[in-house]
Amino acid sequence: MDIIKIENVKYKYSKEDTKYAVDTVSLNIKKGQFTAIIGHNGSGKSTLAKLINSLLLPIEGKIYVKDMDTSDDSKLWDIRQTAGMVFQNPDNQLVATIVEEDIAFGPENQGVESSEIRKRVDDALKAVGMYEYRTRPPHMLSGGQKQRIAIAGILALNSDCIILDEPTAMLDPSGRKEVMDTLKKLNKQGKTILLITHYMDEAVEADRVVVMDKGNIKLDGTPKEVFKNLKEIKKFGLDVPQVTELAQALKEEGLNIPSDIIHIKELVDLLCQ
Amino acid sequence: MSIKAENIKYVYSEGTPFRTLALDDVNLSIEQGDFIGIIGHTGSGKSTLIQLFNGLEMSTEGKILVDDIVVGQDKKKLRNIRQMVGLVFQYPEYQLFEETVAKDVAFGPMNLKLNQEEIDKRTKEALELVGFNYDRIKDVSPFDLSGGQKRRVAIAGVLAMKPKYLILDEPTAGLDPAGRNEIFEQIKKLHKISNVTVILVSHSMEDIAKLVNKVVVLYKGKVHMQGTPKEIYAQSEELVRIGLGIPQIAELANELRKRGFNIKSDVITVDEAKEEILKEIRRRKNV
Repeated sequence: MDIIKIENVKYKYSKEDTKYAVDTVSLNIKKGQFTAIIGHNGSGKSTLAKLINSLLLPIEGKIYVKDMDTSDDSKLWDIRQTAGMVFQNPDNQLVATIVEEDIAFGPENQGVESSEIRKRVDDALKAVGMYEYRTRPPHMLSGGQKQRIAIAGILALNSDCIILDEPTAMLDPSGRKEVMDTLKKLNKQGKTILLITHYMDEAVEADRVVVMDKGNIKLDGTPKEVFKNLKEIKKFGLDVPQVTELAQALKEEGLNIPSDIIHIKELVDLLCQ
Repeated sequence: MSIKAENIKYVYSEGTPFRTLALDDVNLSIEQGDFIGIIGHTGSGKSTLIQLFNGLEMSTEGKILVDDIVVGQDKKKLRNIRQMVGLVFQYPEYQLFEETVAKDVAFGPMNLKLNQEEIDKRTKEALELVGFNYDRIKDVSPFDLSGGQKRRVAIAGVLAMKPKYLILDEPTAGLDPAGRNEIFEQIKKLHKISNVTVILVSHSMEDIAKLVNKVVVLYKGKVHMQGTPKEIYAQSEELVRIGLGIPQIAELANELRKRGFNIKSDVITVDEAKEEILKEIRRRKNV
């Protein structure tokens, strides 16, 4: 079942703009799929995410979240609960003075029973490794820790689908790994994940990678199918994982190595045969 | 001429339940002309340390010397020190505020009460140093620029103060790979041309590996390791243990070595890895 259906969507921010930020995009996301969207700054990724979340409405075309039309005002809150969104900058989304109160804010507004809220808050904080900080004020946390709190806030809403707009941009490698491990775990438990990222090593972990450029979808496939197009990817201002670049360089030197290597282990296994 | 940290201790929120020892007995010396990378995971003390370097924060114990001036000893000299040690914060583009790029960059020099000619000259130089065509960019609104360009304008604003030491805190956070390359290429050039000392705080091990001549690793408020990138990345297991990543290539080299591949321990770039692997394969063929 497709949890998100995007049909020929066009969007631009102002009538005077000559170019569309999102220009005739069609994309279906299956329930339970882990999709990474990559593209350079200004390629339309974040606009697309906001369209799915009904923060923006398409000028042309339709978007359905769990068969709910995002242009239908009466479905707004159901849509946002179904597809919870984590933004780039955590400082703009933390509202309370204590971490656990911040996480509880969403479920409280949904009228969830208090014992259930307690459980959701604890589970969400544990999932992002911030449980021991539950009584701290968010402003005392580092940027990376705040980001994890923002993710926990979405987890506590029990959304089917989590849309994340560069959630790891400010995290250190171990923080990034924690977030990615959390996302993978949640995905295994059935959550649909839509991850917008600039990190190719994160995109490699997804089931599907969608490459955007100038408001269009340029490539769409498994990480292997997408990243083997090294030259094209670089043309879009993006990178491929270093190991893919190395594999292709070795291939050019005459070694018998496929061009779609994306994991270290694959290359090591091949070279050590 | 150098920045020196001597027995630095820094305590946050003293006397509250949140008391944190952010820096603990830090000793460091940064020489003029160095290109230093400071790495460490979130909360390791990196940001605190760089704020001590230009007197935004004062250490609880120990002292910082900038060109032999003790920071904070004479409050009147703080202005001098902040001019000598330019600090570019994370997401500096949020600090852009003027109508045009040139006005924004000129803001610092204007506050130094320089004459107009000198202000214009510095503005032009600074914008050119970060790779802009002055005439084309000067009248553009900073808000019409891309993320990478905005950031370069913000860096130019600090360069216009003619700092001897330039500190950049995560200058590429949130940028796409092209924006990252754009910023790093400019910083590399800048270091070459102007001989300004660059202190780069970053999470990106790949970028640090490519750029700097010396790496300082902070862990739990202490200097845990320091050395050339090759020396540091050769200790990859230790880096991983303290929560830092290593360049993917270094990880690959490690795995190959574990499987009996004869490959140097300090390989960090794609090209080096390629050469090493080809060498080993030829060696094996000849045996």
